[in-house]
Amino acid sequence: MFSLDLLFEALLFGVLLGCFYAAVSIGLSVSFGLLDVPHVAHPAIMVLGSYGTWIIAGKLGWDPLLAGAVLMIPFFLLGVAIYRFYYEVFEKRGTDAGVRGLAFFFGLAFIIEVGLILAFGVDQRSVEAAYIGKSFQVGEYRIPMRMVVAFAVALILTFSLSFYLSKTFTGRAIKAVAQDEPALRLMGANPVRIKQWAFGIATGVSALAGAMLIIISPVEPAIDRLYIGRTFCVVVLAGLGSMTGTLAAGLILGIVESIVLMLFGASWAPAVAFSLLLIVLGIRPQGLFGR
Amino acid sequence: MKFWIGAAITVVVGVGLPLMPLNEYLFYAGYMVLSFVVLATAWNILGGYAGYVNFGPPAFFGIGAYSAVLLFKWLQAPLVVQIAGAALMGGLLGFGVGLLTLRLRGIFFAIATVAVVFIMETLMVNWRYVGGATGLQILRPPVEVFDTYTRMLFAVMTVMSVAAVAIARYIQVSWIGRGLRALRDSEDAAECSGVPTLKLKLFACAVSGALMAAAGAPMPMYLSFIEPASTFNLSYTIAALGSAIIGGMVHWAGPIIGAILLGTLQQVVTVTISSEINVLVVGVLLVVFVVAAPEGILGLIKKYFPGKK
Repeated sequence: MFSLDLLFEALLFGVLLGCFYAAVSIGLSVSFGLLDVPHVAHPAIMVLGSYGTWIIAGKLGWDPLLAGAVLMIPFFLLGVAIYRFYYEVFEKRGTDAGVRGLAFFFGLAFIIEVGLILAFGVDQRSVEAAYIGKSFQVGEYRIPMRMVVAFAVALILTFSLSFYLSKTFTGRAIKAVAQDEPALRLMGANPVRIKQWAFGIATGVSALAGAMLIIISPVEPAIDRLYIGRTFCVVVLAGLGSMTGTLAAGLILGIVESIVLMLFGASWAPAVAFSLLLIVLGIRPQGLFGR
Repeated sequence: MKFWIGAAITVVVGVGLPLMPLNEYLFYAGYMVLSFVVLATAWNILGGYAGYVNFGPPAFFGIGAYSAVLLFKWLQAPLVVQIAGAALMGGLLGFGVGLLTLRLRGIFFAIATVAVVFIMETLMVNWRYVGGATGLQILRPPVEVFDTYTRMLFAVMTVMSVAAVAIARYIQVSWIGRGLRALRDSEDAAECSGVPTLKLKLFACAVSGALMAAAGAPMPMYLSFIEPASTFNLSYTIAALGSAIIGGMVHWAGPIIGAILLGTLQQVVTVTISSEINVLVVGVLLVVFVVAAPEGILGLIKKYFPGKK
């Protein structure tokens, strides 16, 4: 039952899956990891991006990745609007933003989810593209093309965001606001505007992540609940706000999940991310690559 | 004293009504509203008084329901034993979750409780004895005194709500509540002033968990069916959290007001429109209240009628 061959296949699949998990978590890594916004609606917004992709790809016949890339612009604006609202209502008032901010994003996630159910029903939706449904052979292993596409996009996304944050002026400002907000204020920069920009980027990236989600597997409105575990697991394991850490943590989750899948079957898979999350929170809440 | 008279009247009415020849649906819907009252009241002990946001009500509700099923299937235990067993299991799980508060606060604690929900669900999905993913049909035992089982459950749930509220009220007015409020505002300051923060948090988690589990215990009998996906549904989180926030979190009366309002609204919307809309309505109400009236209905009353209490 357990052989080296199977283990190797699980590892291979885990690496592909892991990069995908890193890509869907990277938006959260910015919004929650760097900006400390309790953004539990992140997976819901991603699923919204999946549905947007599904509509554009279905109606206009575009490639889902292109659709996702175009959606990044309206999602950026949406993110800016959400952060602005969150800031005015919760952060500015300061008092007890914890409980109410959380409740706000939790409510938002539910509204998006139910809105999607009302608009499109509870059926699973999927998109079509040349690379979906095909697979190729490497030695004796069959690798689905869609995983490879998501893997490539995930890598590009992670590295470009990591580059943006460490090399450009605005990117460094975003990191600075995460490190020491009052100091940034003293330098004459406006932290709220920077955070707004960063949250916009995080949300825009979620649109592309949503496109990848619907490429990897069919999407239904309530799928965001599973991804609460996966995305938060990756971000916390990474150590809040570390981009390369996010990639590493995604890989860890992907590999662990695919090994559990192989050994115990699919019905145990949903618990993997959540268990890993609990373990990390219990033992090392600052993550592996903490800032 | 006033409180106890009110409680006694509620119990008499709650047990008396099902004995009268009223429409069965009234009890069917009323049961759900009352179980929301228990859930919200229990949630508020930890969430409102201590400020720890617990997204895990479905985990507790579910462990209660499954404990009851297990006791019933294994020992044919009567309902009272099922509820007691459920409360015990919920208390233990609450204690375990309470240990997490040692290291986690705010969103980290909240996310950890979501994790507990999904881990519990996966365990039940993979446990064949209690039905696994497909669920389990339950044959209700014959009922005495009351005409139907639902009527009896309504009476039982009334008693449980009153008990839950009495416990929450005791916690609020006693030194325990003062300690919890102190640690909500500043855990370090509370600890330095001699508040036994860890003990209080563990106590609050255990009591809150036990009550939520008790609220879930009669659920399998109510539906004569149990199945993991709907038992561990996060919509119980939004019901508990929403009721407490909409009603007001600082006073034991808040969750009752919120739960009765939300529960009734949900029942009405489910019947008249659809069950998806009812989740939407709760979500929208929650966001509106959090944004526009963060102190809930109690806060609004205080603001516009400052004279009254």
